[in-house]
Amino acid sequence: MQLFVFICAAAMILGGAVGVILRSHPVHAALSLILTLFGVAVLFVAQNAHFLAAVQVIVYAGAIVVLFLFVIMLLGVDKADSLRIDPVKVQRPLAAVVGVGLMGLIGAAIVQGRSTLAQRGTGIDTASGGAGRDSNIRQLATDLFSNHVFAFEITSVLLVIAVVGTVLLARRPRSSGASDGESVIRQNSGAK
Amino acid sequence: MVIAIATPTTTWYLLLAAMLFSTGVVGVLVRRNPLVMFMCIELMLNAVNLTFVAMANKLGDIGGQTTVFFVMVVAAAEVVVGLGIIVSILRRRPGATADDIAELKG
Repeated sequence: MQLFVFICAAAMILGGAVGVILRSHPVHAALSLILTLFGVAVLFVAQNAHFLAAVQVIVYAGAIVVLFLFVIMLLGVDKADSLRIDPVKVQRPLAAVVGVGLMGLIGAAIVQGRSTLAQRGTGIDTASGGAGRDSNIRQLATDLFSNHVFAFEITSVLLVIAVVGTVLLARRPRSSGASDGESVIRQNSGAK
Repeated sequence: MVIAIATPTTTWYLLLAAMLFSTGVVGVLVRRNPLVMFMCIELMLNAVNLTFVAMANKLGDIGGQTTVFFVMVVAAAEVVVGLGIIVSILRRRPGATADDIAELKG
């Protein structure tokens, strides 16, 4: 059963990933990305990370991909790229070499270090282990708000900075004339 | 509980994450649309997240899952800022690819 879940999720992940880099239309690439993200969420559940699986679906598939699609639609770049032409001649063979080489190196390292993997922590509580249904969230929250509470606070600062920076970046200069996309932004940003 | 042979071990997860990461690297190197390159960066981040979660489960340490939480937050902030930059670049020159914006001049 676990094997079946793993194989299905792996097929989703790799199929989506190949779709992202091979589909010429950016919207199709974004939809393939959703497939990959859902596959990763399935594997999160299989690895006792239930809360992260929910966050993966909500934040990644829900927010980030929608943001991608929104930008694609807003900018009107939703035309298919021509993947036939290769502006730099040796780029694709080199990229293939880099990809295969990287995969080989990481895979060799993983297989080499297989024997050193051993249980050593206090363990992750699971509902099937009799620790209650919300044990994963409980344990994650305990770790987050005790050991990493400073990093958590810094994260909030990071998010505020990101929001302010994006508002500054995406704001248009006053003098430029209005086009269709601009009026859409104005409507969405509300009162200015 | 389950048959030992048919249970995917941590090594399988790590190898899958390695494949996903390599695919993301190839995508960044091959594609020229800045948006799609960004999506490939997300692929690589997800591969790393998968590695963290698999190792957290194997080592029995919840710290891996906490790290994934932070990675997700930083990825969200990164996407917001990156898409803001891409919007402001593409507004100035529509249809720009990564080749067109090779020089850092407006």
